[in-house]
Amino acid sequence: MPDILQKAITQPPEASPEGGHTQVLLDAEHLAFRAELRAFVLREVVPIAEDYERAERFPSDLLKEKMAPQGYLGIPYPKEWGGRGLDYLAYAMAVEEFSRAWGSLGIIVAAHTTLGIGPLYNFGSESLKKAWVPRLAQGEIIGSYGLTEPQAGSDSGATHTTARRDGDGYILNGTKVFCTNATHAASTTLTAVTGKDAESGRSRISAFFVPRDTPGVMVTKHEDKLGLRGSDTSTVILEDARVSEHNMLGREGEGFKIFMQTLDNGRISIGAMALGLAQCALDEGLAYAHNGLGLFKSLFAEQETLALLADIATDISAARMMLYGVAKLKDAALPHTQEAAMAKFFASEVARRATDRVLNLLGRDGGIRHDCPASRAFRDVKLCTIGEGTSEVQRLVISRELLRNYAKGENK
Amino acid sequence: MMTLSETAVAGPSFELTEEQRMLQDMVRDFATSTLAPRAAAYDRSCEFPHDNVKEMAELGLLGVTVPDTYGGAGMDTLAYTIVIEEIAKACASTAVIAAVQNSLVNFPLMKFGTEEQKKKYLPKLASGELIGAYSLTEPGSGSDAVAMQTRVRKEGNKYILNGTKVFVTNATGAELFIVYATLDPELKSKGVCAFIIEKNYPGFSVGRHEEMMGVRASGTSELILDNCEVPLENLLGTEGEGFKIALATLDVGRLGIAAQAIGIAQACLDYSLGYAQERKQFGKAIATFQLIQNKLVEMAVNIDAARMLLWRAAWLRERGQNFTKEASMAKLFASETAMKAGIEAVQVLGGYGYTKDYPVERYFRDAKITQIYEGTAEVQKIVIARHLTNPA
Repeated sequence: MPDILQKAITQPPEASPEGGHTQVLLDAEHLAFRAELRAFVLREVVPIAEDYERAERFPSDLLKEKMAPQGYLGIPYPKEWGGRGLDYLAYAMAVEEFSRAWGSLGIIVAAHTTLGIGPLYNFGSESLKKAWVPRLAQGEIIGSYGLTEPQAGSDSGATHTTARRDGDGYILNGTKVFCTNATHAASTTLTAVTGKDAESGRSRISAFFVPRDTPGVMVTKHEDKLGLRGSDTSTVILEDARVSEHNMLGREGEGFKIFMQTLDNGRISIGAMALGLAQCALDEGLAYAHNGLGLFKSLFAEQETLALLADIATDISAARMMLYGVAKLKDAALPHTQEAAMAKFFASEVARRATDRVLNLLGRDGGIRHDCPASRAFRDVKLCTIGEGTSEVQRLVISRELLRNYAKGENK
Repeated sequence: MMTLSETAVAGPSFELTEEQRMLQDMVRDFATSTLAPRAAAYDRSCEFPHDNVKEMAELGLLGVTVPDTYGGAGMDTLAYTIVIEEIAKACASTAVIAAVQNSLVNFPLMKFGTEEQKKKYLPKLASGELIGAYSLTEPGSGSDAVAMQTRVRKEGNKYILNGTKVFVTNATGAELFIVYATLDPELKSKGVCAFIIEKNYPGFSVGRHEEMMGVRASGTSELILDNCEVPLENLLGTEGEGFKIALATLDVGRLGIAAQAIGIAQACLDYSLGYAQERKQFGKAIATFQLIQNKLVEMAVNIDAARMLLWRAAWLRERGQNFTKEASMAKLFASETAMKAGIEAVQVLGGYGYTKDYPVERYFRDAKITQIYEGTAEVQKIVIARHLTNPA
């Protein structure tokens, strides 16, 4: 039903379903960027989304030919580094708008921008950055990220992948699973154990930037997934893959910290993706109610439906305020671990409820059909309560931060 | 051997009779060994599972409540719900196929059919020689069944039907169809008639096959009636009695869907429980973490509660009492339980749950339809509210 999306996307901001809040929160530059994004999405993404999704086709052509020239593959990076030179808020809005039309595109951009480029840009050596960041940020090549291992999911500290010192380099061995974009990526940022801490006995984890063409790097097993089927999720296997010591990000033993910081930012992306998918469901629900199909003629008092739409819109609005708020915190370089976890947790649960409830509203007039955008969003959104830390992990992160801050107050 | 109706004198029993337990064991073995290994492939291909249906027929599962005089198993409503639950644990598509045959086709024939109709069709349905389908929904009439546009007129010694029906479960595999049409939409519910239509009648055809999110192998398709000719003797009930037949059938149908939902939810719990005890993070099985235990416990409690609601409705029906409200309650609660269980099962498995290497993403997709067909969750609430505000 692209006409529904078309209507929603082309509406003037003050009439759009997200309401007037964003008018206050966003400045003229961000409002203009959003208008640009919506026009782009409508022109380039909406017409192809369902076909690509169904064919499980990774949108290399869209990324390279259409998005790269707009700077959409390096939105929060400076222009001198090949990026679009906007802030993280603008980037989060972009992930939201892409996901509203096509969840797979949202996660591709998120994994590339935050996870693929982020650790390199923030912690890479000057020479490594010069060699890679512009090409990634300009969208000439795509990046990916490897943290999860078969036995290290939520417990990402339990990494088994090793990096053994070898002259002026490191030899990497291990397996990373669920790496978004990996099949199509020219690089993977990943974690590996470089030793054991003498005192605690814990693994010392370091971060590396690994080019795809490094001998010993293999990408296998494209995952067959519930949703986000236009995106690629694969396994990266390292067999005696040797990289230069200059490919280490940050210092030896800093990898876990670097990746946790990266996840703080990644959670903003996943929250933005959830928000876009929730908005997609609301778009469809509104169009359905507006057209008064089926239900309203006789059997139903409209109250339930109206309340359902109000609930969803209120939830989404609250989630959006949290999300834009944490993006602004990041742009102000303020701590945002707790706020990112809250925004991601809330947005993903809101989106799960919103897509679920809209499918009941649409019922058999589309909701259960495989190719209905709300039905696609329903399948896509489950990943948002899992990726970048499950909802259970988010709640542990939030409570840990709460207690840490409380203890600080006690000590004063 | 005590049957349910004997124990029912004092109240509902929480224990199955020996006969019901044997049936449960038999269907569970069959579902585990035969249906479960095929489920993922059928989900993927969307093909109608003819082999599953044939094997169910051989076990008597397509005529559970049909009296033995008509070739059925002659068992009670509770036995029927046990059959559907056990099948749904393995394959939700196959479960809805069996549910349609038992409750939407066999039941209206038993209750409203003439002796000739029963003799002609029931033995073949019970033996699986005929697969049945049921067709009420239209493009413009889903929850609002009275708004149907499919027309019927009498012409000489036959009825002529014209219209399009959608979301007909079993349609691609069925030979016999219960189809509703109206003499005149102006007559509202009083104009609705039910017909027994054989696949080879002139003017009858199966249209577009739906590609759905879940229950993908259930053969769900459109029906096209283009001057479809039906012999007069294939009117089910009387002219104008169709709406009453549809409502009575939906009451029974909801028991089947509740059972299907409970089966899906149980499959979610079984798989999550096994996985959580195997999967180690932070040095411990994740089943030892409170947040995971919380999910498993919520699933288990809701499944038990749903099953009790369903068994109560089945018990009322066996006593010959009205069970409309109780069937709606069971269906509403069981379907919400299944959806929640699907969501949480994927969550317990995390990234693995999102892949097709594990069955839980299929359970998650299959669960959704239980909140929609045989009346959406919202329609169940309307039915229940009517009974609350206007007690019989």
